[in-house]
Amino acid sequence: MSTTSTGNTGSTNPLLYIVILAFGIAAPFVMPAYIQQVSFLWIFILFALTWDLQGGQMGYNSFGNIVFFGTGMYVSASTQVALYFDLGAWNESGGENTFIHATDEYFIGLAAGLVLSGIVAAALAAFLGSGILGLRGQYFAICTLGLSVAAGEIAAGIDLIGAGSGMSTPVWPDAADSVIERGTFFYILCFMLAVATFIACKYLYSGRFGMVLNAIRDDEDKAEAMGIHTTRYKALSWTISAFFLGISGAIMGNIIGFIDPVDVAFTGATFGVWMVLMAILGGKGTLWGPVLGAAIFHIMQELFWTYFLGWQRVALGLLIILIVVFLPQGILGSLREHFPEWFGHRLEPVAVEDEK
Amino acid sequence: MKNKAILEVCNSSKSFGGVIANHNISLTVPEGEIVGLIGPNGSGKTTLFNTIVGTHPLDNGEVYFEGQEISSLRVPEIARLGMLRTFQQTRIYGGMTGVQNMRISSPLIHDSNFSTMFSGLPPEVDERSDELLEFVGLYEKRNLMSGDLSFGQQKLLEFAMALMNEPKLLLLDEPTAGINPTLINGLIDRLKLANEKFGITLFVIEHNMRVVMNLADSIYCLAHGEMLAHGLPDEIQNDQKVIDAYLGAS
Ligand SMILES: Nc1ncnc2c1ncn2[C@@H]1O[C@H](COP(=O)(O)OP(=O)(O)O)[C@@H](O)[C@H]1O
Ligand SMILES: [Mg+2]
Repeated sequence: MSTTSTGNTGSTNPLLYIVILAFGIAAPFVMPAYIQQVSFLWIFILFALTWDLQGGQMGYNSFGNIVFFGTGMYVSASTQVALYFDLGAWNESGGENTFIHATDEYFIGLAAGLVLSGIVAAALAAFLGSGILGLRGQYFAICTLGLSVAAGEIAAGIDLIGAGSGMSTPVWPDAADSVIERGTFFYILCFMLAVATFIACKYLYSGRFGMVLNAIRDDEDKAEAMGIHTTRYKALSWTISAFFLGISGAIMGNIIGFIDPVDVAFTGATFGVWMVLMAILGGKGTLWGPVLGAAIFHIMQELFWTYFLGWQRVALGLLIILIVVFLPQGILGSLREHFPEWFGHRLEPVAVEDEK
Repeated sequence: MKNKAILEVCNSSKSFGGVIANHNISLTVPEGEIVGLIGPNGSGKTTLFNTIVGTHPLDNGEVYFEGQEISSLRVPEIARLGMLRTFQQTRIYGGMTGVQNMRISSPLIHDSNFSTMFSGLPPEVDERSDELLEFVGLYEKRNLMSGDLSFGQQKLLEFAMALMNEPKLLLLDEPTAGINPTLINGLIDRLKLANEKFGITLFVIEHNMRVVMNLADSIYCLAHGEMLAHGLPDEIQNDQKVIDAYLGAS
């Protein structure tokens, strides 16, 4: 008798949550050598989940979500620096050599950076969304592609944030090592952020928000004809994705330690495309598809880099072709097509009802 | 004895390039009645619906809903006032189940602010949805993907969704087209019930003469974008202009 019983992916075995959480908590202890790869895995899951909020659930393919990631990265780094030093001087000097953050400055700055990165990225999405979410289908997709290309160029032209030569993030204070190692600290942030993103998506898809997104995907004209405030939901969906993407950018910038406008922040050709692929591989428009797709994609990609060095991009390209040809609905989408009853889509005989 | 008008169209005109789809159309739909709209294919019936609900801007004329001028309002705004339309091509949310199609059609969705957008729907919505799915005979199929339903079943689902939205006035564009002839009588009964029991005024485009004669309290007839005749079913059935228009057009 729950009031929000609309799950569009059937019910989930609680064991799955326990296994994933256990893996997330154990990973830094069990596989410390791979801590950065696992950190990236959580961020990739976030990428796929936030992309699917538009691309899968709402039917709006965005190639511009990387803009919010890069924006968050710059906003956070700039906040962390500008709270204590002169931002222009920092970037001119190359940053870390002349200016050192004290331990408390480092963590207060980072906390402020994380919060602001989410807020600014979300505000940017609300602003852009009110402009271009009125576009339908391919026009929206092309427009977002343009945004992602333009963003890197714009960042590379702003001297205050280091322009084309990039920007360093504050150096991890050695004194903090006695409490926690740098890699572990950022791993925990990645893990918590991915979990928060998943919970947010699960919650959104369980209520009217997810249903409205699906209605827009299936027939936006019909949704309007039924009196739904489609524009509001579309803009909000993008804003929510941007919020999480902005924070993920803030964390990534600090993990990598150096922000290049095109190769690290506004990485449309890599992360920007991968977020689409991961969601499609796992099954777009489902809650678990993006999670599954991100995990498989990340493992494949690491294997390619290890075993096909020099050919990794070719291998990745082949993988993309195989996905599109053989699994256009993704892994979960194909399962749903072939075994609809696993997802609760079955005939239900009329229950005996005695009201009349 | 005439009820007050829920919908009034005054001198509405609409052209597409050189094609005059509607020319100086005026009509009145009295509250609580079932009004039919007939006319040969291409005579401008769907265009008239589109201009009434705000899909196409009017070239000329005004539309009043419950006395309020609505010609400049947008589609969702008009829907939220309580005037809904169904589509000739049938539009449902094919990637969602029947139940989800019904839930998303609840009028509670009209109220979307920051607190309600993220909430669920109360259990009354599910009860109403079950009742209405039962009413159109789709209860058994409620958990199937609605895109997998037959055309006729989708048509019934679209009708149930419209009822779920609790409109004051419902514009139906050829509700019986594509429905198995053996089921048409059942559908007529349901339309009448929706009118009597739920108090919804109906304005129905209908190609099937037998159906519209059975259903409507009064009938408008369009031909070549012009209003040709208006009257009681008997009058329209025996109107020479109407007979000519239908024979001439086929
Ligand atoms: N969106 C449109 N663009 C161009 N012409 C249209 C459009 N909609 C309708 N028409 C034209 O207007 C005329 C009336 O069409 P319609 O209203 O669909 O007729 P009916 O519903 O009575 O069959 C037709 O000639 C049709 O081709
Ligand atoms: Mg028509």
